[in-house]
Amino acid sequence: MSTLTTGGTVGLGVRRLSATKEPDTSIKSYPELAILVDISACIGCKACEAACQQWHDLTPPIMTPEEVVRRKIAGYQSHPDLRPDLFMLMRFNEVETSKGFAWLITKYQCMHCREPGCLIACPAPGAVIQYQNGVVDFDHSKCIGCKMCLVGCPFDVPRYDTNNKPWKCNFCIDRVEAGLEPACVKTCPTNCLTFGLKEDMVEKGKKIVEGLKKRGYENATLYDPPGVNGTGYIYVLPHGDHVKDYNLPENPSVDASIGLWKGPLKTIGSIALWGALIGAFLQLILWGPIKVLGGKEEKREEG
Amino acid sequence: MDISRRGFLKLSAGSLGAGLVGGLGFDLTQAHARVRELKIAKAKVTKSICPYCSVSCGILAYSLSDGAMNVKDRIIHIEGNPDDPINRGTLCPKGATLRDFVNAPDRLTKPLYRPAGSSEWKEISWDEAIEKFARWVKDTRDRTFVHKDRAGRIVNRCDSIIWAVGSPLGNEEGWLMVKIGIALGLSARETQATI
Repeated sequence: MSTLTTGGTVGLGVRRLSATKEPDTSIKSYPELAILVDISACIGCKACEAACQQWHDLTPPIMTPEEVVRRKIAGYQSHPDLRPDLFMLMRFNEVETSKGFAWLITKYQCMHCREPGCLIACPAPGAVIQYQNGVVDFDHSKCIGCKMCLVGCPFDVPRYDTNNKPWKCNFCIDRVEAGLEPACVKTCPTNCLTFGLKEDMVEKGKKIVEGLKKRGYENATLYDPPGVNGTGYIYVLPHGDHVKDYNLPENPSVDASIGLWKGPLKTIGSIALWGALIGAFLQLILWGPIKVLGGKEEKREEG
Repeated sequence: MDISRRGFLKLSAGSLGAGLVGGLGFDLTQAHARVRELKIAKAKVTKSICPYCSVSCGILAYSLSDGAMNVKDRIIHIEGNPDDPINRGTLCPKGATLRDFVNAPDRLTKPLYRPAGSSEWKEISWDEAIEKFARWVKDTRDRTFVHKDRAGRIVNRCDSIIWAVGSPLGNEEGWLMVKIGIALGLSARETQATI
């Protein structure tokens, strides 16, 4: 247990809200939470996927063998892609590496970036919430269904239901608040998933990577991308030179155009919009409507 | 600047409208933490054992009911039992979906019997089923019991019945099953809980 973090604070505080100024006025220090995914220990049993569906009461349709053939996906995967009613998916890939043939497994879900692209891109106030422990969650009552969160997401995660509301992994925030671990972590039979303070998880991950390197996996890395200021799910990748083949982006970052669009451009745009409106009002009130030469005089009451 | 009465009214209406629009556009209400309710918070916990394989993982079944006479418990969630030394809270994908197994509409809850030559399964009572089962075991044993093998050694065995028992049996039940198996002279005895 690290001595740096005061891990004693329980409960949730809000760190950031979408399209809102810094909402938190708490003086408490909250622990950062993370899940370590040790891919070298994963056997691809998909118990995490099953537990996720059980906890969130999700019933995605079962893929028939005919559909598997038609979509040309590897038969190990339960579904071809994430769905609004499927928050996490085990992805499988078969590649030739420097160590010979390898079967790459990835747990694919929202990564809970500490610098969340969805939150930065979201225009609806309070629709995307980042809690003090780093978990990113959606508030569907405030969502306007504009799909900007998918544009902002570097990991291509949110999926939309028929009302255009996004759904994704919420780190089992209800369980975490009650002091339980997320459902996927609890069920993992091979100790591949571990849950705890972020710095402990990073430390443990580094130890596993060192062990892997001693065993001959020279390219083993800890995947905690700095482009999004670290993530809530950190991965130990035994084949670190094949990040793309793990279906993970190599250097994910929030698109700079979104920052521009949400920052200076938004201010300039609102100034221009309100300036035009107020100008039109003033023009109408002080000087009246423009009279077209030779035309009929317009009714002044409709101003 | 000379403002007429009409102009003054227009200015007032305009400011009111602008104020309303501004109020809608810039909501300053304080946001606060909102969390989904823990769905097992009010549930009753029952300890049990996963019925699938011989590992016999411990499970916790969460059900919603106060146990009154006129209601039936409904299992809303099943997860691993952290106090169980076998799995310490973990479950495999089959165990993790036990809730759907318990609540499945086509799950067998009563003994079914299909007489020889019939294509229909029919429901029978447990008493009837146990009686039939006992009759068949006794008949088969009497018919195929071997007192002496070809070399003339006394063996007292019955090779035509295989005795396999399920994983959720405890020590005492397992002991009882072995005793019955030996009493019947069965040499092919197996239990799922042998790992």
